[in-house]
Amino acid sequence: MTELTKLTIAEAREKLTAKAFTASELTEAYLSAIDTANDKLNAYVAVTHDKARAMARASDERIAKGEAGPLEGIPLGIKDLFATEDVHTQAASHILDGFEPKYESTVTANLWTDGAVMLGKLNMDEFAMGSSNETSYYGPVINPWRAEGSNADLVPGGSSGGSAAAVAALLCAGATATDTGGSIRQPAAFTGTVGIKPTYGRCSRWGTVAFASSLDQAGPIARDVRDAAILLKSMASVDSKDTTSVDLPVPDYEATIGQSVKGMKIGIPREYRMEGMPEEIEALWAKGIEWMREAGAEIVDISLPHTKYALPAYYIVAPAEASSNLARYDGVRYGLRVPGKDIADMYEQTRAAGFGREVKRRIMIGTYVLSAGYYDAYYLKAQKVRTLIKRDFEQVFDQGVDTILTPATPSAAFGVADQDMASDPVKMYLNDIFTVTVNMAGLPGIAVPAGLDAKGLPLGLQLIGKPFDEETLFRTAHVIEQSAGRFAPAQWW
Amino acid sequence: MSVDIDTVKRVARLSRIAVDDADAERMTGELNAILGFVEQLNEVDVEGIEPMTSVIPMAMKKREDAVTDGDKADDIVANAPASEDNFFVVPKVVE
Repeated sequence: MTELTKLTIAEAREKLTAKAFTASELTEAYLSAIDTANDKLNAYVAVTHDKARAMARASDERIAKGEAGPLEGIPLGIKDLFATEDVHTQAASHILDGFEPKYESTVTANLWTDGAVMLGKLNMDEFAMGSSNETSYYGPVINPWRAEGSNADLVPGGSSGGSAAAVAALLCAGATATDTGGSIRQPAAFTGTVGIKPTYGRCSRWGTVAFASSLDQAGPIARDVRDAAILLKSMASVDSKDTTSVDLPVPDYEATIGQSVKGMKIGIPREYRMEGMPEEIEALWAKGIEWMREAGAEIVDISLPHTKYALPAYYIVAPAEASSNLARYDGVRYGLRVPGKDIADMYEQTRAAGFGREVKRRIMIGTYVLSAGYYDAYYLKAQKVRTLIKRDFEQVFDQGVDTILTPATPSAAFGVADQDMASDPVKMYLNDIFTVTVNMAGLPGIAVPAGLDAKGLPLGLQLIGKPFDEETLFRTAHVIEQSAGRFAPAQWW
Repeated sequence: MSVDIDTVKRVARLSRIAVDDADAERMTGELNAILGFVEQLNEVDVEGIEPMTSVIPMAMKKREDAVTDGDKADDIVANAPASEDNFFVVPKVVE
């Protein structure tokens, strides 16, 4: 049955329709793969065996009646950030101990309406704050990829590390994820998978645990570009429950796969050529440029002058929004409560015990930059810089550039418990240097595998698009995928 | 700008996070590393630039002022660490 888990969503969809196997058989194959692998990879924090089986049975009935939805019987993993009714929803934090919401997030509700099956909840950095999945209360996720000739554990990236690892290790057909500064694209790049962060407002944020509300956006991680297009179509919607959800119809993204990029203008931003960038990343980027040129696209040099200020501005805006979003965790309405000598002490003890180090750090930074006397110097300034970052992109798109090609990350996956990263929080933050600009400007970005480094680890390229032009991203990413081929880790788990 | 240990303790109190002296000491270093990093923004000329207030330019959606949800007190307290008769229970606030 393990052969079934090798099928992409598009392949499984075809075979389910042709009744080559049942949705129940497909779900059983995944559950058994998870039960074998999860001790080693730690990708899932909760596996919903019973629910998965019941949903698969319901899918089989709908298929038999000829009422199959677009994702009928497709088993998915869900990041622990999405509220799932009566199922573990903790944002991989201790402070949400035992939380099982009485409601369903809009994104997951859309997936179930289309017939998808939930396998369980996926590990992540606590409250999506991290780039290595090591800040999870449930411990790190292990990347299914290893360097050639080594058995050292590598991180899968973060914060959607469980989503990326589960997709790469064939523990789900596809996964939901979220991206606030690079949390879909960086783990996708570290695991040889495809991840797209759509335009801000494309997927509803309702029922997704909030980190930084003006940056958070849900998207899929999938095995290939087509599967990512299929998943995004179902996840995206117009939602009256999210005032920032944008009132635009969701296009048929899959229809763009295979369309030519001839005559398209691809921008290459000179500011992304960072000092000290590894030669391999530079070479990968050059290869990507060559592939686009061969496919008939026109390559143009562009400038995005405020690029280097995106990450420092992000580390004001995101913690500021987080400090106010996370004020709700106080031991009163849900999750953990640690008793104290009075109510204020109860809040302080609960939050001290319930939040991990990185989360506390960000709440403290956010509280500081919003505190009396510092608001203008930090928060207001950062929001002005954000206007400039967005303007950089607008000017380039106004000049006729269709999409921008950059590396996805400054390196391949690094080791679990990397000493350099552990001793300096800023080093860890630099992982998002190529992805964070996109969140600051609210644009869509896709990471697509483009090659392996000298140690045999996957590397990704990123394409950045105009607002609500995800179609162009799927089209161009597919050209890279066709040229680069697909990459899968050798199974050791 | 940099913070000293007293500022860190004050910010911890504002954040409602209990810290001991060792925590505060460690956090002072970490927070200063981050504040040092964001200092680069001082190089940017933002004279006359409006702060971003809306990621995607759009008017805020409005709906009719009508009751669209409710009657689910049981659901709302279902996850509370302590509740009684559909009230959240907290330590005594007034003497």
